[in-house]
Amino acid sequence: MIKTDIIVIGAGPIGLFTVFEAGLLKLKCHLIDALPQAGGQCSEIYPKKPIYDIPGFPEILAGDLTKNLLEQCKPFEPGFTLGERAEKVEKDDSGIFTVTTNKGTKHQAPVIAIAGGLGSFEPRKPQIENILFYEEKGVEYIIKDPEIYRNKKVIIAGGGDSALDWSVFLANINADITLVHRRNEFRGSLDSVEKARKLKNQNKLNIITPAEITKLNGKEKLNSVIITKDNIDTELEVDHFIPLFGLSPKLGPIADWGLEIEKNAIKVDTFDYKTNIPGIFAIGDVNTYPGKLKLILCGFHEATLMCQSAYKIINPGKKYILKYTTVSGINGFDGTRKEAPKVVVQAINK
Amino acid sequence: MSDVKLTITDREGQSHNVEAPIDMAMNLMEIIRSYELIPEGTIGVCGGMAMCASCQCYITSSHTLPQMKDEEEAMLSEAFNVKKNSRLGCQISITEDLEGLELTIAPEE
Repeated sequence: MIKTDIIVIGAGPIGLFTVFEAGLLKLKCHLIDALPQAGGQCSEIYPKKPIYDIPGFPEILAGDLTKNLLEQCKPFEPGFTLGERAEKVEKDDSGIFTVTTNKGTKHQAPVIAIAGGLGSFEPRKPQIENILFYEEKGVEYIIKDPEIYRNKKVIIAGGGDSALDWSVFLANINADITLVHRRNEFRGSLDSVEKARKLKNQNKLNIITPAEITKLNGKEKLNSVIITKDNIDTELEVDHFIPLFGLSPKLGPIADWGLEIEKNAIKVDTFDYKTNIPGIFAIGDVNTYPGKLKLILCGFHEATLMCQSAYKIINPGKKYILKYTTVSGINGFDGTRKEAPKVVVQAINK
Repeated sequence: MSDVKLTITDREGQSHNVEAPIDMAMNLMEIIRSYELIPEGTIGVCGGMAMCASCQCYITSSHTLPQMKDEEEAMLSEAFNVKKNSRLGCQISITEDLEGLELTIAPEE
């Protein structure tokens, strides 16, 4: 059981900044994210793209913003549960929440801040008849353990970096691998395309384009697929079919937590971004209110206000007043201290 | 003239006549969102970077649109429900050439 002051759901920019603002109030955060790394959309979708509307940064790459936010919140020692999706929430009689992930990890805190952006990223599933039946019976959308594909017949579909990179990886561990893509062109980095081309020339990787998988066959598990190329169907025996068509965000289990949902987002009170469930707040792209703008800079503001109310829930009746970091510095939980250099007071005429 | 008239059919089959400004650097995806023709969160998911296909549209009038760039072509090659007249709304800027354009928003993936 992980115990903390604020469970932050979503480790994107707003979740990370929450750690900092909470830290100033001596509150500790633990972040949960379905993705295997922090940064949310900024790391997953557009790490190499510039953002021009972060105050004080005329231009910053989304990946660098994540890096900076991680550094900024580091003194406040955030905990992370990554690669797991927050699945279930329960509240006990004393007002303490327990959040359980899809992998069963339990987290406890008196306050939850949902900074879930557009939701958790789920694989996009191709529209092939019966594909749901073959899930875990030969069809996998995410490669968790590449070893299971060693010496197996595997077909990968997709035209981006992950389809290319995994094809290369699996070809190198002796999987009998076929890569199918709807176009002749791949949308991967030059390096990945080159590696794939080399393996194809060495007959270690079979690439079929422009083509697509149109049918799956097998009684109890997947035995073969139909590849359609130029309107001609070919059957290929396979052990595994791995469609890699990227990820798309889904609000997911949060939608069933009893929170008021409007326009695919969580309705909040703009006083402090509280939801209809006392103790649960929603900040950043995941919330909605009159006048809402889905901007990182607005999320930072929302996180800051939310932390003030979180403090009052966690420390009822205890006085606190806003302090400026320039005046009071940063006292990290890790024992580090940052402060403005002291003013020199010295006479010039003696 | 600062507006063009568009006819947009939503995912329920309802058609809407809307006016789109040509001087605000907007694109088709943003016009659909600004008129709230389909629920927020089901369109423009990637913010307009041609990195998702949530703003896929079928162009049903005979307008000549700007050619697809690589990013749009690549995304559509991985999208679902793609037809010959599919385009990503976020990649089509509102210009006076779009006067009278008709389009249908593709189903949600």
